[in-house]
Amino acid sequence: MEAAVKEYTYKDFASDQEVRWCPGCDDYVILRSMQKALPEMGVKKEDVVFISGIGCSSRFPYYMDTYGMHGIHGRAPAIATGLKLTNPDLSVWVITGDGDSMAIGGNHFIHVLRRNIDLNIVLFNNEIYGLTKGQFSPTSLVGQKTKSSPYGNTQPPFSAGELALGAHARFFGRISGNTPKEMTQIFIDAEKFKGTSLIEVLQNCPIFNDGAYSKFNDKAVREDRMLFVEHGKPMIFGKERNKGLVLNGLKLEVVTIGENGVTETDILVHDAKEQDPTLHQMLVRMEYPMVTGIIRAFDDVTLEEREDALTAQVKSDSNFKKTDDLFFSGDIYNVF
Amino acid sequence: MIATTEKKKQKVIDAVIIRFVGDSGDGMQLTGTQFSDTSAMFGNDVATFPNYPAEIRAPQGSLYGVSGFQVHIGSVEINTPGDDVDLLVAMNPAGLKTNLHALKPGHTVIVDTDSFTKKNLEKALYDSNPLEDGSLENYRVIEVAMTSLTKEALKEVEGLDNKTITRSKNMFALGMVYWMYGRSREYTTEFFNKKFKKKPEVIEANTKVLNAGFYFAETLELIPNAYTIAPAKMAPGTYRIIMGNQATAWGFLAAAEKSGLELFLGSYPITPASNILHELVKHKHFGVKTLQAEDEIAGISSAIGASFAGDLAITTTSGPGLALKAEALGLAMMIELPLVIVDVQRGGPSTGLPTKTEQSDLLQAMYGRNGESPIIVIAASTPSNCFEYAYEAAKLTIEHMTPVLLLTDGYIANGSAPWKIKSVASMPEIKNNIIKEAEEDWHPYNRDKDTLARNWAIPGVPGLEHRVGGLEKDRVSGNVSYVPENHEYMTKIRAEKVKRVQNYIPEIVPEFTEEGDLLVVGWGGTYGSLHSAVKELNEEGYNNIGFAHFNYINPLPKNTSEVFSKYKKIIVCELNSGQFVKVLKINCSEFNFLQFNKIQGLPFANNELVEKFKSLV
Repeated sequence: MEAAVKEYTYKDFASDQEVRWCPGCDDYVILRSMQKALPEMGVKKEDVVFISGIGCSSRFPYYMDTYGMHGIHGRAPAIATGLKLTNPDLSVWVITGDGDSMAIGGNHFIHVLRRNIDLNIVLFNNEIYGLTKGQFSPTSLVGQKTKSSPYGNTQPPFSAGELALGAHARFFGRISGNTPKEMTQIFIDAEKFKGTSLIEVLQNCPIFNDGAYSKFNDKAVREDRMLFVEHGKPMIFGKERNKGLVLNGLKLEVVTIGENGVTETDILVHDAKEQDPTLHQMLVRMEYPMVTGIIRAFDDVTLEEREDALTAQVKSDSNFKKTDDLFFSGDIYNVF
Repeated sequence: MIATTEKKKQKVIDAVIIRFVGDSGDGMQLTGTQFSDTSAMFGNDVATFPNYPAEIRAPQGSLYGVSGFQVHIGSVEINTPGDDVDLLVAMNPAGLKTNLHALKPGHTVIVDTDSFTKKNLEKALYDSNPLEDGSLENYRVIEVAMTSLTKEALKEVEGLDNKTITRSKNMFALGMVYWMYGRSREYTTEFFNKKFKKKPEVIEANTKVLNAGFYFAETLELIPNAYTIAPAKMAPGTYRIIMGNQATAWGFLAAAEKSGLELFLGSYPITPASNILHELVKHKHFGVKTLQAEDEIAGISSAIGASFAGDLAITTTSGPGLALKAEALGLAMMIELPLVIVDVQRGGPSTGLPTKTEQSDLLQAMYGRNGESPIIVIAASTPSNCFEYAYEAAKLTIEHMTPVLLLTDGYIANGSAPWKIKSVASMPEIKNNIIKEAEEDWHPYNRDKDTLARNWAIPGVPGLEHRVGGLEKDRVSGNVSYVPENHEYMTKIRAEKVKRVQNYIPEIVPEFTEEGDLLVVGWGGTYGSLHSAVKELNEEGYNNIGFAHFNYINPLPKNTSEVFSKYKKIIVCELNSGQFVKVLKINCSEFNFLQFNKIQGLPFANNELVEKFKSLV
């Protein structure tokens, strides 16, 4: 029987290293939410590993009192894949940013999602390069003025969600960087999900891109501008809880309950577990409302399940138990 | 048919070099492999080298669609597949055209006359038929209508389509060569029985054609005698024929079993290294994990992750792939985890000559990373000792906790030779630095006082939670440190750790003479060529020439300078424009090194080496 998992508090997961992010950065919220989520996951501390790339976000492993590796730029998903294949019992977390995952590490990002290995990726998306001091990133907006685009950015952005779903992500969640409670919960849900879980955190960089998300995640407007979806529940938002989504042709449309004969039963019910990602794609593309929560959580076979089944089959079919059995098999001959 | 009661004469020879060439579809690799395996089973020493076109399905009959297989067998020690050949078997005009230059004057070429059609001659860019225009008068040409004879032999076998019939003509050629060199057909007929178990008509067809070729040669007046090549004097034991890449893969299997670790390979396909991936992916029964990654960088990065989690982790590549892996290799060095990188060298730079051999990645292996990042570099030198050096690479990386780069090359990776099978029990022990449980005063960068290897704390053990990474590490805790003195200390200790490997590797032992007028120096895959040349000279009476071949490049064996000091001249021979010699100049600056370099994508030829060495003594 498995030894019972100890009771932890968030303090058990804080390392002795001084946290060195800029004051007011949402990274602090993510760090604390993670430290609060881990005790709720039922995993042993010694089985938790954080792997990161390069960038502000990627300092994260140093602040967690778990196993961790601060890797090289963009390669964390590949490092984590080798780690998880070697020891599938570990709870493996990839910490990455928009540049790390979608610029220099774009290839590993799409392939880890395609393979569906059971690990969790937290993508800190602040739509800017922070650690290199303010260049545009692959999620910066057209026209955005940055250190490397003084007259305005000319490169259209990626949407992390669209890219992920295009790469066959089985789990995609999005969360606002200033909602710690929801963030804690989504980390717990991601860990429980079997397969690659991607959580995009809309993270404010107070220094180089302050207010990137404020038009929808400021406390004052949040309820009216953001929709938090939950599987099996109608997609309703608004201070008055009277706005909802309906399908109009091939587009999602915001309607008001009580107007034009719309009732709550007309509102679409969120189905995160649906295999067909069409509706999930529409949700991630919306700008009003900005959709957060677990948008997609489709259960599928994981890479390690396929590998394990194959290995078990090959092992049971094989006569080779030791390497000597192989070396001395087939066309061998003796010299006397 | 001529009665065969009167036996033809048998001539005894020491060795023979045969090259089989034909169209990609003519089955030359199989023919050559059958001949070399049969010879090995008979007890000859053997070396082979395949030569396939780079195009996967080149147009039939074209010059660049020629596929060849060279085999060198002997009753004497065989070190290379040989240069010029004694017998050329050409299944079509294109094969003849592209390989005739390699046939020794006066020696024999067997051709399939049926394939010398107008169309095939045109495809091979012949203006006139070489069989008729006198251009082969310096050779002994044996013209055989192989395709017709094959059809004739099979006219009574039922259930064969035309394609199967024409395809088996390579067995006619093999049958002829078997008779010429007094080989038994048994191994090959058994091979048919196993390979075509479910197709009895194919077994029958191949066996019939093999026999037909055998008897045809026996009765043909143009072949006046058969040759006998006695078994070679080889050390007693159990042998098998092994290709370099397979030996590399097996060396890692043995090291994994011996060390008690599981093997993980992260790799991206690249010529000529892919066969290592193909081999290891078969061995899931030993718990081998392989990941065909999305690119070279993911190949090495996944291996670093696997190493962090406690596997014997390796990644395989060739030159351009090594360039892509450089940053990750620096990370592995920085975080001081075990990792083996295999670079099967090919002609460079850039994409270069993917199917040709070269030794031009040595400086990349030594220095191709940012910052000061020394790693262990070793090189295999024969197809079969790829096994030992793969094993050694694994042993060194596990024991010394720093990456090891193993260099092989296309020549030894694709070449094959007899391997005296090593049981895992006979291989040296592999100790590891794994920490099993938390203890007081444990720190991630605690080091072994002799090797300076840090300890290996693997996720899953309570109390050993720690972080590693590419930022400079504090010398004890492994936490990020920007302290100037610490950086200098760590830079020096990483270098010292590699240097101390000298205490754990064998000294260099020169061959032929321990002192003399000339020392021939080589490294890696040129062993066979250099050894053969110096041996030949020694047998001619030049007993003042010694030979020192290096398998350990970084660090060099401890006694390197001492060995060099015993010779008047030193010549460093490499298939590049002089890379190892640069390493020697840095480490043994008191000597004057001569150089012999070849940069043609080809191995050294025996005569060019012999001439050069003679001119120096």
